[in-house]
Amino acid sequence: MAELTYRDAVARGIAQEMARDPDVIFFGEDVAKAGGVFKATVGLYEQFGPKRVRDTPISEQAILGAAMGAAMTGLKPIAEIMFSDFVAVCFDYIANEFPKSRYMSNGQLKCPLVVRTGNGAGSRFGAQHSQSVENWCMMIPGLKVVAPSTPRDVIGLLAASVRDPDPVIFLEHKSLYAMKGEVPDGEIVDTLGTASIIRPGKDATILALALMVPRALAAAEKLKAEHGIDCEVIDVRSLVPLDTQTILGSVGRTHRLFTVEENPRLCGWGAEIVSIVADEAFYDLDGPPVRITTPHIPLPAADILEDMVLPTPERIAETIRRSLQS
Amino acid sequence: MPKTPGLAQAVVTPVVNDDIGEQLRLKLYHSQMLIREAEQRAFDLFLQNLVKGTSHLSLGQEAIAAGFAEAMRPGDLSFCTYRGHAHTLARGVSVEKVLGELMQRDNGLMRGKGGSMHLTSTEHGVMGSYAIIGAHLPIACGAALRAQYKGHSDVSVCFFGDGTTNIGAFHEALNFAAIWKLPVVFVCENNLYMEYTPIGEVTAVEHPAADRASAYGLDRIIIDGNDADIVYRTASAAYARARAGHGPSLIECMTYRHSGHSRADPAKYRPEGELERWKQHDPVVIYRERLKQFGISEAAIAKIDEDVRREVDEATEACKKAPMPPADILFTDVYADGGWAWRN
Repeated sequence: MAELTYRDAVARGIAQEMARDPDVIFFGEDVAKAGGVFKATVGLYEQFGPKRVRDTPISEQAILGAAMGAAMTGLKPIAEIMFSDFVAVCFDYIANEFPKSRYMSNGQLKCPLVVRTGNGAGSRFGAQHSQSVENWCMMIPGLKVVAPSTPRDVIGLLAASVRDPDPVIFLEHKSLYAMKGEVPDGEIVDTLGTASIIRPGKDATILALALMVPRALAAAEKLKAEHGIDCEVIDVRSLVPLDTQTILGSVGRTHRLFTVEENPRLCGWGAEIVSIVADEAFYDLDGPPVRITTPHIPLPAADILEDMVLPTPERIAETIRRSLQS
Repeated sequence: MPKTPGLAQAVVTPVVNDDIGEQLRLKLYHSQMLIREAEQRAFDLFLQNLVKGTSHLSLGQEAIAAGFAEAMRPGDLSFCTYRGHAHTLARGVSVEKVLGELMQRDNGLMRGKGGSMHLTSTEHGVMGSYAIIGAHLPIACGAALRAQYKGHSDVSVCFFGDGTTNIGAFHEALNFAAIWKLPVVFVCENNLYMEYTPIGEVTAVEHPAADRASAYGLDRIIIDGNDADIVYRTASAAYARARAGHGPSLIECMTYRHSGHSRADPAKYRPEGELERWKQHDPVVIYRERLKQFGISEAAIAKIDEDVRREVDEATEACKKAPMPPADILFTDVYADGGWAWRN
């Protein structure tokens, strides 16, 4: 067991898979010699060499297209898109190419690749370098979408993504890179499509993803300490595949549902889950499901403004308290 | 008479020599005739409402598909656009599989799940037909990266139209291929029209592909794309260069689309006489004459024509009899487990 940052866990996860499988290659902008702009890939170039760890030009379409071509012919590429906002400039691959090639070819083509990308707010980078784009990816049939919240999950879910035969969008949260966590020694391989109940509770279910997970946990502790409200916190971890059973099971025990989403309001992942719960567990609910999200606005740059719009432990706790006590 | 862009350059006739040989010439002719007849049949079936959706024909552009495919080795990979029937047939995929897909039947290449614009046959090295302009150039780079990484000798060959040269992915892919010296050959089929618009009206240079080559340290290569011998020789040289580790090539093939952009397009925007002039430079007619020049008998040529027509007729009848795709394939192959489940 060692304490590792989320950032170092990325490098360890990639190294684990590259050491295991010579068909795993890794490329992106500034990822090799510089070790990544977030320093999440330091040491990989030195360990695996320039043939397997490559710096690319600023060509997001070429990065993802090349990853796809390599994947469909037998490699297991990991491609980095530096900021998740930039998937908008190569969205053709994410929306049209990766996820549809297997279906359109009646199963002839495969696309086993991982796109790692820095997602989310908190760095005061403004509206084009801070977004949470998980919903852009979640809506596309054929993709898998994963977003870890701890160093251990980074390694385990990254390994599972690399070994997965389908295209996976792997969203690393920029504001979690410095976060530390206990990580077991040796190989770690997790399972996609499994949510984690990270705090059991009986009064309400809180679903969260990535940076919202520690905030939801803090909110749960606050609700317990200040109001005696006992919340169950679930780290969703994987939007596709979605572990609906864990969520429905929890709602069946707590009878209330809250989602905590960093994304802007419209079409957030929480809306999909709320609709599933409404369809399949409506009579388990003792009150309305509530979504706690960033408002439907572009993100501001100023720290004081950005802090006002992302869900905070205080806002999460207050929303839940008011809803439960109304 | 209005100037026909490209034609003057295209009709510079090659020195005729016999480096290609009779056996290969017969194959090149057969391939072009097969594409000609199959594409014409696709058009006829469209008029009968038996070809559904859209279709983009390569009538008039057969020599490019035939020449590049015949110069390939098994294992070389083709990446096509939505105008990809010709390249798919040229790699040896049966007419029935192609027409079946166009007719959206269960006997189609992808059982109707892909359609005319996405013909794919991995067993023939046809790694997909891509309907988003430019998307497949980076994908071909990735396949070439795999070949380079694994030490394989296959070449990735990427076909696209003149219109593709104005999209970003074209430039990203060329730079990528050049900096990593990837074994990929980019083939621009310059048929003078970007869909409905003359390419010259929307492009900063006269030759949309070749005039950009120097920006990526590549040779400026323009050939007569209607002469299968020239195409074959150019392809062979580019493949040899790629296999030798000398990196990518960009080849602009001058040609002309006898039909409109897609089935919906009667091509009324073409200046009067242009089509007729290009029909004087029809690749199939050129090649028939070429065969005769090399002493191949009219009877031997007629035999190929007859075989091809029979094959296309038989394929047509088989497709007409083929069932429609069953509903149970709707939910297969979204994910690698064979299904479509996104939740438990």
